[in-house]
Amino acid sequence: MSETLRSSFRYAFQRSLPILIGFFPLGIAFGILMRKIGYHFLWAALTSLTVYAGSLQFLMISFFEEGTALFTVIIMALLLNSRHIFYGISFIEKFRAYGKWKYFLIYGMSDESYTLLCSYKEQEDLDEKWVHIFSTALLIFYWSGFSALGAFVGTWIPFDTTGIDFALTALFTVIFIEQLKDSKTSLPGIIAIASSILCIFLFGPGNFLLPSLSLTVIILVLLRLPLEPIITPKEES
Amino acid sequence: MPLSAPQTLMIIGACALCTFSERLLPFVIFGERPVPPLIRYLGSILPMAVIATLVVYCLRHIDFGTVSGYAPELLATAVTAALHLAKRNTLLSVVGGTACYMVLVQLVF
Repeated sequence: MSETLRSSFRYAFQRSLPILIGFFPLGIAFGILMRKIGYHFLWAALTSLTVYAGSLQFLMISFFEEGTALFTVIIMALLLNSRHIFYGISFIEKFRAYGKWKYFLIYGMSDESYTLLCSYKEQEDLDEKWVHIFSTALLIFYWSGFSALGAFVGTWIPFDTTGIDFALTALFTVIFIEQLKDSKTSLPGIIAIASSILCIFLFGPGNFLLPSLSLTVIILVLLRLPLEPIITPKEES
Repeated sequence: MPLSAPQTLMIIGACALCTFSERLLPFVIFGERPVPPLIRYLGSILPMAVIATLVVYCLRHIDFGTVSGYAPELLATAVTAALHLAKRNTLLSVVGGTACYMVLVQLVF
């Protein structure tokens, strides 16, 4: 393994640690629920490995329990994950150079992987493509591992983990701060927060994501004329 | 197991396929063609908007009716932000903020 590859792995591992903490309670919880309705740990691991989408997997528990019709399953899955359509937009050109690995990164593009992809900062001793591959692989490994563990050990956990899932909130907060510091304008963030709060009032906390992201996109498109010169450097290479 | 193995596999397969297709969609639409300037603009401006939305999403169950319904979340988020502004170490900020939240929900509120 070359030195660049090794330091890329180290960087990816370091960046993945906050998510390791956040995935611990969530993955365990998913595993415990799977076990509760009668699936052993291999089913939990298989689901996490192939679907790799937290909120949908918790909904799948009720699909399994109720034997939901496949058509309903598909509609619910598409609706619940629709925000992911927006994620790829930022990587269309970058991923072109990644060959077949592109499909692995696309399959692994959860909220958390996306957050790591967005917060990558150019560094001389790193290979960006491999940083992304390593961090995505690590995240999928953590998620599947904790799911299996949860289903394996059941409810036996030696300490009170109430509140540990706040780690993901903290991570998104930190990455948001990083973006505010690096960007010349905080307007996209302010618009998104205002639109989210408005949509929570209109549609409730369970259904606000898609309308809120759509509204944000519409506003950002309308503000393109003033915003674009601020965010893009004058010379395009 | 409430369902048979093939039934379970059908549901897992359907959910995996739906998730992957949605993640793949923008790449299919703009395949090898040049990316239109509007989409390129959205691509560079969306990450901040999406992550801000995810922060709100994580805090969506805040209830301003009772102190215990909002204080732990808001205090721990403030501690996370303050730690990060002071030290700029992601792991430290996440661990510190989470520990603060755990103490607040387990012992204080």
